[in-house]
Amino acid sequence: MSDAMALDPLERSIIDHLQGGFPVCSHPYAVAAARLGMQESELIARIKNLLQRGVLTRFGPLFQVERVGGAFVLAALEVPEADWERVLAVVNALPQVAHNYRREHRFNMWFVLATETPAGIAEAIACIEAGTGLRVHAFPKEKEYFVEMKLASRGGRYG
Amino acid sequence: MDDFARRLILATQQGLPLTPEPYAELARTLGCDEATVLAGIEDLLARGVIRRIGVVPNHYAIGYSANGMSVWDVDDAVVDALGERIGQLPFVTHCYRRPRHLPDWPYNLFAMLHGGNRDEVMVHVEEVRALLGEACRSSDVLFSTQILKKTGLRLTA
Repeated sequence: MSDAMALDPLERSIIDHLQGGFPVCSHPYAVAAARLGMQESELIARIKNLLQRGVLTRFGPLFQVERVGGAFVLAALEVPEADWERVLAVVNALPQVAHNYRREHRFNMWFVLATETPAGIAEAIACIEAGTGLRVHAFPKEKEYFVEMKLASRGGRYG
Repeated sequence: MDDFARRLILATQQGLPLTPEPYAELARTLGCDEATVLAGIEDLLARGVIRRIGVVPNHYAIGYSANGMSVWDVDDAVVDALGERIGQLPFVTHCYRRPRHLPDWPYNLFAMLHGGNRDEVMVHVEEVRALLGEACRSSDVLFSTQILKKTGLRLTA
């Protein structure tokens, strides 16, 4: 698990102000850079660097695939510790597994399945159950409550 | 899934090009002109197919070392009203109603809580508990100890 990294003021500004609203126009970096008080080339270089250092996991559009027929489902496994590495390899090998976290609970592996069709979820679950011999507990969302992106950077201040 | 959305997801799932004219570059990849890409993206934003365009920070790297998935067994009659209020709390990044799996899993409300350390997250847990009041029958907090994978959506061509 990576720890908070040292971030300079420009980097903090990018993280705090560019979690959404990236412009849709011919020269979007130039427009975004002007808003942040920096040069286009500097913004591009900074984003590249933040991606390389793992401060950012991604930069681009975030899709809500449910709106175009796709599906996202949270699911959990109760993995015996002795079998952890084998099960992890089976689960992570599936491209449908978008995120996977280890959590402290009897249900110790929690992952998100993202597929192009609802049927793809059932296929992925069947594949994981066949490959691991474990039962997948699926937690499809029944309702999403309003949340907005609001985590401001706070770690690794200079000085 | 409509064709433009699908091709756009395929072309951008690794990220937006880091060049001065990223949409023109996408247009070359997709075999259309930049105006078509810009209009197509605006349409997907308006329809909510694209939730947002921007940076996705690694929570750990920006100072949120602790993340707890708080789960609550809340009276079905009031869970939606309370869920909306919990989603508005500043330290909550995701909040959903999900099915119970009785008897192993009695919880129907999931709220992801972030903090600099576990103590901070536990303070947030108490804030959520106070808000839920008597509507909540039981709860748990599942701390993550390791990111095992974080690639996001991956369609295959």
